[in-house]
Order: sequence, then structure tokens, then C-alpha cells
Amino acid sequence: MISDSSMLYSTPALETGDDEDQLLRVSLGPQHPSTHGVFRMNVVLDGETVVSLKPVFGYLHRNHEKIAENATYLSSMPYTDRLDYICPLSNNWAYAHAVEKLAGIEVPERAEYMRVILAELTRLINHTAFAGFILGDMGAWGSALMYAFREREKILDLFEDLTGARMMANFMRFGGCRNDLPAGWAMKCGKLVDDYGPFLDEMEKFLVGNEILLARTQDVGQLPKDILINGGITGPMLRAAGVNYDIRKVEPYGIYERFDFRIPLGEIGDCYDRIMIRFLEMRESLKILRQALDQLPEGDYIHPKAKIRNFKPPVGEAYGRIEGPKGELGFHLISDGTTNPYRYRVRPPSFINLTLLEDMCLGLDLADVVIILGSIDIVLGEVDR
Amino acid sequence: MIVEIETILAGIREALPNSGISFRKNPGPSGQHSLLVDGSNLVEVCQFLQDTLDFDLLSNVTGVDWPEPAKADAVAVPEGEVTPAAEGFLEVLYHLYSTNRRVGPLVLRARTADRAGNAKIPSVVSVFRSAEFQEREIFDLYGVIFTGHPDLRRILMWDEFVDFPMRKDYVAPDDYEYEPTPHDAVLEKAKTHYPSSETQDGKIQDTRKEPVL
Repeated sequence: MISDSSMLYSTPALETGDDEDQLLRVSLGPQHPSTHGVFRMNVVLDGETVVSLKPVFGYLHRNHEKIAENATYLSSMPYTDRLDYICPLSNNWAYAHAVEKLAGIEVPERAEYMRVILAELTRLINHTAFAGFILGDMGAWGSALMYAFREREKILDLFEDLTGARMMANFMRFGGCRNDLPAGWAMKCGKLVDDYGPFLDEMEKFLVGNEILLARTQDVGQLPKDILINGGITGPMLRAAGVNYDIRKVEPYGIYERFDFRIPLGEIGDCYDRIMIRFLEMRESLKILRQALDQLPEGDYIHPKAKIRNFKPPVGEAYGRIEGPKGELGFHLISDGTTNPYRYRVRPPSFINLTLLEDMCLGLDLADVVIILGSIDIVLGEVDR
Repeated sequence: MIVEIETILAGIREALPNSGISFRKNPGPSGQHSLLVDGSNLVEVCQFLQDTLDFDLLSNVTGVDWPEPAKADAVAVPEGEVTPAAEGFLEVLYHLYSTNRRVGPLVLRARTADRAGNAKIPSVVSVFRSAEFQEREIFDLYGVIFTGHPDLRRILMWDEFVDFPMRKDYVAPDDYEYEPTPHDAVLEKAKTHYPSSETQDGKIQDTRKEPVL
């Protein structure tokens, strides 16, 4: 243990000089509707302008990684649902993907198609809910979120038919999925995909021409590309600034190279671009969904030799990552040849995307902080783990 | 997609002759081999990888606790004969990607001298900002001191917490939260936690008002 207690720093004092009396210290959160959970920021204000912003984490910390080290590989699968609880099926896939890399397991074709369909539906859920949340942050309290959640609930109904749970799916297995699609599910899903376009048209119509939205989001919170990459920002946040980096294209996992889709890119990278990039991504997700539903083959939904009990991957390590709706979601696993992982690490996109939060907010008004935080799109289950 | 790790290793050795870098084979099927970097040269190696080989995205930083050094060498197999470390150590792994060349991951590992007073590794925040919160998290949960980190303090645990919960030898406390009327399993734990607090009728008294020492 560290004997020198001076190594344990506390929050550094702000060097304010003679202006000390002029500054206002605000503890924003953790119980605040616009912090998307129990997130807290220690903000120092000069008038309305942000001079310092220190995020405070850990209100939802339960040491997920330690719990996973004390459990078998498969027993952590339901726990991954609780990381980013808006998109549990993406988390399932990321974890299954990492374990499949670690143990060298193959996945049957039908299971790959099912995974793509579920992951893209999850992306729709996340981005739709995001649109509702960020409008709520701007003061359109309630109605936008209601429209978004109405559509989200239709997808959750599909998930419930398939997995038995709306959100806590626990659906993927190492080498496939837990069960096959029920009869008529693909048809219902196809209908939903057909109906989703008109909903997006409607939602976009409200957004694009909305003067308040334009005033609140344009030229707010942008940073240069190289700083974003250096800060580890991934996902829609990075692509909104014009960096063409999507893991589905860069490192096609599953069967993504079979589908015809494009990666939408923003120009400026302000909050407006971040909102619009998510709408464009949903259009591309619909394209992928249509192709996947058309091509969906018959066959096994799980590898027939996939081991459920006494599963012991060979000694080694693997880092597997997927393009989650919020960014690069990765799992780093180290196996020592036993039934439990020696090390289980989650690379949470929400957490790492917050690295540059202070840089984005400095010099702006306090009201902009709420918008910028909303545009990063965090979920505290994943940030605090 | 897969990085050509031999080429990179040769490039680093040529540019930084005293880097003390060595190849470590991954015995598993993932094929993600790694480079073990001497802690004192870590920042220079990262700077070289960023400037010359275009590895601009430090995606993930993982901390690992190895109380038994032999286990670490089984996961990252050294080439040839290498004298194993005398005592346990903490390890930090870095997964680097290149957004332009679209290759990765390049896995770097750095090890501390021991798990107590010399658990130190230079911080790479000056090269990759994305390490800022992740290094803080490893400091918080493992106790690796990242020298040169701009703001090294606990991030997930609270400031007053003293131990490092992700270490393999961490012992969880007897009771996490005080319960005024303990029962069942908690009662049994409470009896061991406050041995002299049991009265004659077998009930646990509220000892928090007058702590039993």
C-alpha cells in the first residue's frame, strides 16, 4: 500500500487571483434532471461564463469488473445489460465478441444476422431516445421525449417477444444467441422498419427548422479533430467532427462487410452536427436492417458445439470492440485457463467521451453545459460501472 | 487490419536504441501479441508511435494485478530465456489504434517494480489525453502511481477510501453499511465485527454511539 499519503490528492484549488469574490461555485448534480443519471459537475462561474468544470464520478459505482472476476464468463453476460441500460444488446454483443476472440469460437451465419438486426435496432433505440433527451435538456420538456419513447417502446416490444425482457435481455451467448427468432418475428420487425422512416421524417421536420434548437446548438461545444482523436472520443461524437472512423467499416466484425451502408460525417462538430449525425445514422441503420431481414438465412442460432457449462478459454488475452451506439465499446479479457476471467475490463465509451467535457465547456454559458453534456450522450451505468 | 508487430518493434529499436523493449507472445487464439516497454521509456515510445507510425488513438488502458509473476509470463510469453520478476507487480496495458491507416490494436505493456512503494509508471497523458481518466481509474482501483499525471486523485471511489479494491488480495470489509437491527447473515457478521457488543439477551446494541475498540 502507499505509505506516503501526500500521493492521494484531493481536488486542486482553482487559482483565482484577486477575482475570488467574483466567482460562483455551483455543484451541478448529482440529482438533476439534465445530468442523465447521478452525474455531478463542480462548476466555477464568472457571471454566466464557465471558468472551470470538474466532473465527479462514482455515485453508481459497484465495481462491475471485480464482480465479473469472481464469476464465470457466462454469469457476467446478464450484468453487461446493466452497463449501458439503454442498449443492452450491444453490450451483450461486445462481450460475446471479446470472449469469442479469446477462445476462438465461430458463430453460425444465422446468429450473425440476428446479432446485426438486434444491434441496429438498439442503435435506433439509443438515437431516438437521445433526440428526446436532448430536446428535454433544451426546455422542450416532455413532448419530444414522449414521441421518442413511443417509438422506442415498439422496438422494446420486439425485444420482449424475442428475449422475454424489454431491456435486460441477456440474449447473446458465446457462439451465437440464446434462442431462435419466434414465428413471425422477422415480419413484425420488417413492418417496424417500414414505419420508422416516416417517424424520422416527422421528428426531423420538427428539429431542422426549429429556431430555438438552431440557436442553442449551432457553434456550441466544437473542438478540432485532432484533439478529439487524442482525447479518445469515438462514435457519433467523433464522426460529427468529420473523422471517418466507424468500427463497422474500419474493422468489420460479425458480417458488416456484407451490407451496403454509408457512414454519415459532420463538418463542424458542434452540438447541432452531433444531433443530425444521429438522425443520419438511423437512416443507415434502417438500410442495414432491410438488407439483413431480406438475407436472413435458415440454420443454427448457436454453434452446436458451444460450451455453456465449465467453459474455460485457453490462457491468453483478447481485446474485442464493436461500434456501440455511443462509441467504441470494448472488452479486454485475460484468461488464466480457469472458469473465471483473470481480468475483465470494460472500455466504456460514455466514460472516455467525457474526458474533453471541460475543454468543450470553458468560456461558454452554464446553460450550454447542459446541452454539451446531452450531446455527448452518457449513461451512468456505464460511466461509473 | 492486424498490426505488423515485428516491423514496429524493429522501427522502435532503430529509433530508440536504449528503449528496453521486448516482444511478448500471446498464447491464445486472438493473436494480439504485445510489446513490453520499460517504464522509464514509455512516454518516448508512445511519442514515437504517435509521430512516426501514426498511432493517434489510445483507445483503452487496462490495469492488471499480478501477485504471482509466473502467471503474467504465462499470458505474455517472453521470447527465449528471461529471468522472471522476483516479486509480484502491477501492469498497465495500452491498446493503440491508427485512425488513418486503420490498423490495430497495438498492445503495449508496462510493469511496476513491485506492488508497494515502487508501484510507479510514467503517465502518458502528455501524449494521449484519453489516458487522463483511465489512469485515474487505475490509480483509484489498483494503486499505480502515474508520475507526471496532471490531476491524479480517486475517481470512482470516494476521496476518504484507503485501499485499492481491484487488487487480488483486497479484503472486503465485514459490513459495508451500518444496519440498526441486523438479522440473519448480517447478524452473524455483526457479531464478529463488534464482538463485545453482544448483551445477555443476545441482541446487538447500537455500538456506533460508543464505538467498541
